[in-house]
Amino acid sequence: MKYVDEYRDQKVAEKLAVEIRRAATRHWTIMEVCGGQTHSIVKYGIDYLLPKEVELVHGPGCPVCVTPLEMIDRAHAIARRPDVIFCSFGDMLRVPGSTGDLFQVKAAGGDVRIVYSPLDCLKIAAANPKKTVVFFAIGFETTAPANAMAVWQAKAQSIRNFSVLVSHVLVPPAIAAILESPDNRVQAFLGPGHVCAVMGHREYAPIGSRYRTPIVITGFEPLDLLEGTLMAVRQLEQGRSEVENQYARAVDPEGNIGAQQMVRRMFEVCDRAWRGIGIIPQSGYRLKDEFCDYDAEQIFELGLIHAPEPAICISGQVLTGLRKPHDCPAFAKGCTPQNPLGATMVSAEGACAAYYNYGRHLVALPSGRERA
Amino acid sequence: MRMGRIDYGGITRDACLEYIPDPQIGDYVMVHVGFAISKVDPEEAARTYRYLSELGELDELTMPETT
Repeated sequence: MKYVDEYRDQKVAEKLAVEIRRAATRHWTIMEVCGGQTHSIVKYGIDYLLPKEVELVHGPGCPVCVTPLEMIDRAHAIARRPDVIFCSFGDMLRVPGSTGDLFQVKAAGGDVRIVYSPLDCLKIAAANPKKTVVFFAIGFETTAPANAMAVWQAKAQSIRNFSVLVSHVLVPPAIAAILESPDNRVQAFLGPGHVCAVMGHREYAPIGSRYRTPIVITGFEPLDLLEGTLMAVRQLEQGRSEVENQYARAVDPEGNIGAQQMVRRMFEVCDRAWRGIGIIPQSGYRLKDEFCDYDAEQIFELGLIHAPEPAICISGQVLTGLRKPHDCPAFAKGCTPQNPLGATMVSAEGACAAYYNYGRHLVALPSGRERA
Repeated sequence: MRMGRIDYGGITRDACLEYIPDPQIGDYVMVHVGFAISKVDPEEAARTYRYLSELGELDELTMPETT
């Protein structure tokens, strides 16, 4: 397919790897922010192409991974209600809460449905006027315009039996939180291409200059990731800390203005808890008060839900680039995609799930590459 | 709501085009959860790919082939 195949050219990939090898004179740690990028890196073995000086660590940009356990328990409490049709993207169904996952809720009689788009829920709501349709609105800035539009359309079409359980998170505060951490080892970021397609990349410049950290907005194909890495290494070697845009074919510096306007109309910024990391101030969206009729947390009395994480799981350290999946004693043993113990194993985009799915637990590491 | 049919290299599916100003038949768009969120800029795509390809060609002149 055009704009995809040419960015997977093996010969060009090898040349880019040579350029990176030439550019890197010392050890650099670079974090790819987005779960889609992590998936691509592990799938294509991009990290195996890099010289040992350049280490990629995997960031917190997997929306299913960072949705807190408490929020998943809230979703399950709503989905168990007999008057509710609970809709979600497919990868959320397998995520365990404190007692089982959404598949088990469905098996026990809950009406749980997988949707491709939040707009599908409006059709389900119109076809089931006696039920309340609740959509689990998780995701980053990329998904927020879609969820905002679903609520806006519900209001415009006077669909009253639809609401959203919102757990939206934002990338820039998470990057800042990683850089603020006293243990931080990330020296540059491959910025999230799809998030920036919506938001543009202006808001990253103050972070880059404040923490003297290069940020290269990067795409998702192998050549995108290699070129983004090369641009980041060159900045590090030259002592620059700029925002650069590797993914200019899809990311306008100002982003998608229409999508941003819809997000601002429906949502306001709030504090959010991130699974494995904790509360990051001003790091998410919630529905504005004027749309409280569509806010599942306002509609349903859920009470206080507290859910502790399994102690063995190191997903918080994986999500902040401190550890790699194979550093965890439970990885591929007690913790697998079939029986995930924590955030980064639950979604296909999570770093632990990507390492497992592409067999990283079965092969020896290339020589010169140690386990961190 | 403005909708359009998107061809994903053989599979077609409808997507919301509200966030794409002036969509034209034949445009390449990036779709996320049923919404087109960005139109691929053909000039930027060509420029990036030309740069990447040239990087490859120049290298063949200066770097010995590794086998």
